[in-house]
Amino acid sequence: MSEAAVASATVSDPLAAVRGLWRDGVLAAVAWAAAALVTIGLPDVVPWGSVGLFAAVTGGVAAILLALSPFVRRLGHAGEVLVHYGPWLVAVGAWLALWELTTAKFGWLPKPFFSPPHGILNVYVTDGQRLLICIGYSLRLWALGFFSGVVVGYAVGVALGWSKQFSYWGMPLLKLIGPVPATAWIPCTFYFFPTTFGASIFIVALASGIPVAILTASGVGSVNRAFYDVGRILGADSWYLIRKVAIPASTPHVFVGLFMGLYYSFAVLVVAEMLGAKYGLGWYIQFQTAYSGYANVYAAIVIMAVLCAGIVRLLFAVRDRLLSWQEGFIS
Amino acid sequence: MSDAALAIAPAGVAEHAHAAIEVRGVSHHFKLSGAKLAVLDGIELSVAPGEFVALLGPSGCGKSTLLRLIAGLEAPTSGSILADGESIRKPDPSRMLVFQDPTLFPWASVWKNVATGLEARGLLANQRRRVDEALALVELKEFADAFPHQLSGGMAQRASLARALVNDPALLLLDEPLGKLDSLTRLTLQAELVRLWQRNGFTAILVTHDVEEALLLASRIVVFSDRPARIKQEFRFEKPYPRHRDDAELVALRRSILGTLGLAT
Repeated sequence: MSEAAVASATVSDPLAAVRGLWRDGVLAAVAWAAAALVTIGLPDVVPWGSVGLFAAVTGGVAAILLALSPFVRRLGHAGEVLVHYGPWLVAVGAWLALWELTTAKFGWLPKPFFSPPHGILNVYVTDGQRLLICIGYSLRLWALGFFSGVVVGYAVGVALGWSKQFSYWGMPLLKLIGPVPATAWIPCTFYFFPTTFGASIFIVALASGIPVAILTASGVGSVNRAFYDVGRILGADSWYLIRKVAIPASTPHVFVGLFMGLYYSFAVLVVAEMLGAKYGLGWYIQFQTAYSGYANVYAAIVIMAVLCAGIVRLLFAVRDRLLSWQEGFIS
Repeated sequence: MSDAALAIAPAGVAEHAHAAIEVRGVSHHFKLSGAKLAVLDGIELSVAPGEFVALLGPSGCGKSTLLRLIAGLEAPTSGSILADGESIRKPDPSRMLVFQDPTLFPWASVWKNVATGLEARGLLANQRRRVDEALALVELKEFADAFPHQLSGGMAQRASLARALVNDPALLLLDEPLGKLDSLTRLTLQAELVRLWQRNGFTAILVTHDVEEALLLASRIVVFSDRPARIKQEFRFEKPYPRHRDDAELVALRRSILGTLGLAT
């Protein structure tokens, strides 16, 4: 824009300064401030703890949003992200205020089952140490189970897809055993494995390995035959064809299996931890339910949501990297 | 351009730079849901070293099957095929087949696609230069890092030619390699094929259903019958390159070939 155009715009439009303001940011600041005021201003029906901290956090967010409102459009990429999520920020602030009112402040929702947000915050403050240990245990169990399942499932899948002999004997077994929910094996595995931990790893591995095996097998089996012809013409042996043709060609299928396995592994992880584990998020939920510690249950669920979503996000990033060669691939 | 073309054939391979092919009494059939489907019937064909032969016939007559047999991808039901006097039992890097579809590996860059043959035989480490030279030969040097889906149809087919030529084949089998290209790209690539054949000196067998293409490229045209394919007639002609489609002799030949194919003009 030329200087003249800028000048005329300012003269003819006295609201230009206000226009640059981030309206959603101001609204969000109001909503978050309301949540802070409700939390600190009204008394709790039952004491939940961490009232001051929660009010400080929400009040702090409100202050930051208000402070950013005039400049947000000059913040570049970070500013664009903030503007994009503006309506969400407003909604979350309003939701927190409403949540406070209906639970801690007026006690409209049934008491032991509904915790106010500052009740959940209080769990992190008072029980953070134990939750961290539980996160560590859950991640260890998940990683051991998922990765061993994926490695075995992938190897079995490649063998099933490549070798007629292996497929003849293996495919019917996989088709029969595959649909059985992994959790159904729990009673047997606790007998076969010396420790609960070993049994839990096996169950998680089974849940994640079977979809990977099935999808890998179908991926390797459905590779365009012409690619093998090209490989053979060019002097490739079987080993080269497996490594450089079958495996890359089947990768899109394999990722479908990996995502399915990932979701199953989360489901099975929690169940496995609820059965005789000593620590872990599943165990924590089970343990706290017995004591009607619903705030603790929610706190654990929030952690699970963040962890699982993070892992899924990570797998998406890996896939985008490995499959960037696909036509029309949206990354 | 010409430097690259010369450099692609390393010294010492000159003695098998072109192959002689003998097809002796080859018949072939497929089994389709129990029934036998005869595709080739008593084919006798000799191709001299360095010759450019075009196989012409109605689509689906079995020409492509003959190429697969010569490439060694399949064994004939009866009869034998010899390359330089030795029976063909399996594919060999000295015999390259270029398909109608480029069939580049979509997960690998153009460079890696072209390098496949050398890599599969464990030669790539010492001969990376040959990949660059093959890409230069088909004028795809700037696209070395592109993925196949980023190429046009003509570029993809040129990449597939480079993938074959990098192995310095003694025999190049072309299965309607220009069949799916637009007419302008076709003309360019027809000229390019002649240029590559003249410079590298390989024996070439081209399957096509385009009479004009056969006339522009080959020095001998073998006309096949409907399935099961038999050899109907052969046309030999010497004409310097580049040839012109409106050349009187070629026009006359075209008419008699079309007549052989049962298409009056």
